[in-house]
Amino acid sequence: MFAHEFMRNALLAGTFVGAACGLVGYFVVLRAQVFAADALSHVAFAGALAAVAFGVDVRVGLFATAIVVAVGMGGLGERAHADDVAIGTVFAWILGLGVLFLAIFTTRSSAGNGTAAVRVLFGSIFGLSGSDASIAAAVSVAAIAATLAAARPLFFASLDPDVAAAQGVPVRLLGLGFLAVLGAVAAEATQAVGALLLLGLVAAPAAAAHRLARSPYVGLALSTAFAVGAVWLGLALSYVEARVPPSTAIISVATLLLVLAAGGGRAASALPRRLRRATPR
Amino acid sequence: MSIEASVFQGLSWNVPADVRALVSYHFMVNALEAGTAVAVMAGAIGWFMVLRRQTFAGHTLAVIAFPGAAGASLAGLPLVAGYFGACVAGALALAGVSADRTGSHSRESAATGTVQAFALGLGFLFVGLYHGLLNGLDALLFGTFLGITDGQARTLVAVAAGALLVLAVAGRPLLFASVDGDVARAAGVPVRALSLGFLVLLGLAVAATSQITGALLVFALLVAPAATAQQLTARPLPGLGLSVGIGLAVTWLGLALAYFSIYPAGFFITSLAFGAYVTARVFRAVRTD
Repeated sequence: MFAHEFMRNALLAGTFVGAACGLVGYFVVLRAQVFAADALSHVAFAGALAAVAFGVDVRVGLFATAIVVAVGMGGLGERAHADDVAIGTVFAWILGLGVLFLAIFTTRSSAGNGTAAVRVLFGSIFGLSGSDASIAAAVSVAAIAATLAAARPLFFASLDPDVAAAQGVPVRLLGLGFLAVLGAVAAEATQAVGALLLLGLVAAPAAAAHRLARSPYVGLALSTAFAVGAVWLGLALSYVEARVPPSTAIISVATLLLVLAAGGGRAASALPRRLRRATPR
Repeated sequence: MSIEASVFQGLSWNVPADVRALVSYHFMVNALEAGTAVAVMAGAIGWFMVLRRQTFAGHTLAVIAFPGAAGASLAGLPLVAGYFGACVAGALALAGVSADRTGSHSRESAATGTVQAFALGLGFLFVGLYHGLLNGLDALLFGTFLGITDGQARTLVAVAAGALLVLAVAGRPLLFASVDGDVARAAGVPVRALSLGFLVLLGLAVAATSQITGALLVFALLVAPAATAQQLTARPLPGLGLSVGIGLAVTWLGLALAYFSIYPAGFFITSLAFGAYVTARVFRAVRTD
């Protein structure tokens, strides 16, 4: 499995992208911004198609749109928290723009097919070159470092924004910065698992960690480990059974993890109750 | 040649003649008929969805339509069965996720997001297994209004009529339960049953809409007209009427523009809907100043 270069590239990029998704995802779930992450993934799609339509490097389109829209969304809402209806309306329109760019692209290039759109939507982790993988790793490491450096105030600001603001924590700035990091991670993950599936890598491991861990730092570590594990297992599965696309395999593993964690969490919380009932008064 | 002339071919600015050109083709009549049914249903159900703050659930249901359709074409079933089956099943799954009272709101939305990503992953797998569907994939995700058959249009009208009937019967208690769930429960309104029923209704609306707009653009018809209406009025009946009206206008104009242009209907419909929303927000901001 490691003999193939595409597999090594996929593992390199996947490991770091997975770690970044798991880490940032933990805060996304904590701050109840899953819908914003969802919107960002769709925005990334439109940005990538715009870049393709106008002949710019896809990565430029991805990062520019994801980060600009992330900060814009944060700026719209109170305390860098945009409301669901505004997000929904904006991203429905941006998807419509994506369709327009797709049409421009397909009418302009005589080869006219949907391959570019499919690559953006569902990712192409096995198609990454060595330099693609290194860039993905570098961006992910930067995102991880930024999140870890701000982890303490970010926890504070996420759990109790009013008290944090009273203590002098720059709550609004943290919210904007966090959305910008989320945008960068979404743009990078789009290349690995695709615009439509990255939500699974952001939400599922984090949700599983939230169910299992009591302490925030343990949860953070668990979420990261789950995401990386899902990427590894998914890549291996897709390598063994070539008909299953890697992004589908990764998301399936992540979903399974969440189901197991939910089952385990419920069993764990039911256990004390059963014990209490069993002990005679 | 101006840009307008190259983008909008055959548009003469003579409105009656343009309208006659529009309805002279059978496929356009079908598209307008289906679009009307979908716009009315999406406008009404979307109004309740926005009121209940279930936009994320609505979007997830919309996305589930895609694996449903892809799975149906893989299994050789009619597409309509795939759309409706998947969306109703998705509605039940979402109701199950939200019925889990142990979780907080953010956990619930994380579970919803996971359902969505998993469904998309499945859809991608089905498309991969069903070889040579790349162009079909585009249609499933972004919709096509050119190929709507008589049967499809009739089905959509029937579904819309049924959904509106249910909404007319259950509208009052649903409104009560949506605005103040606790008081409604105390007054003996079956809040849980209503919430499950509404999700199924939403699933039906989404399944019908996504056949026209594609799984990814459903949202434009479901959320934007309703959000616009709620910017303008808080009263239920005028709000519902406004939402349906905006949905109709956006759909008709969007289809007409797409007919005369080389660009897809999805782009025009979403842009018009977004334009209406922005206008309403600006209007409201100016009025309250």
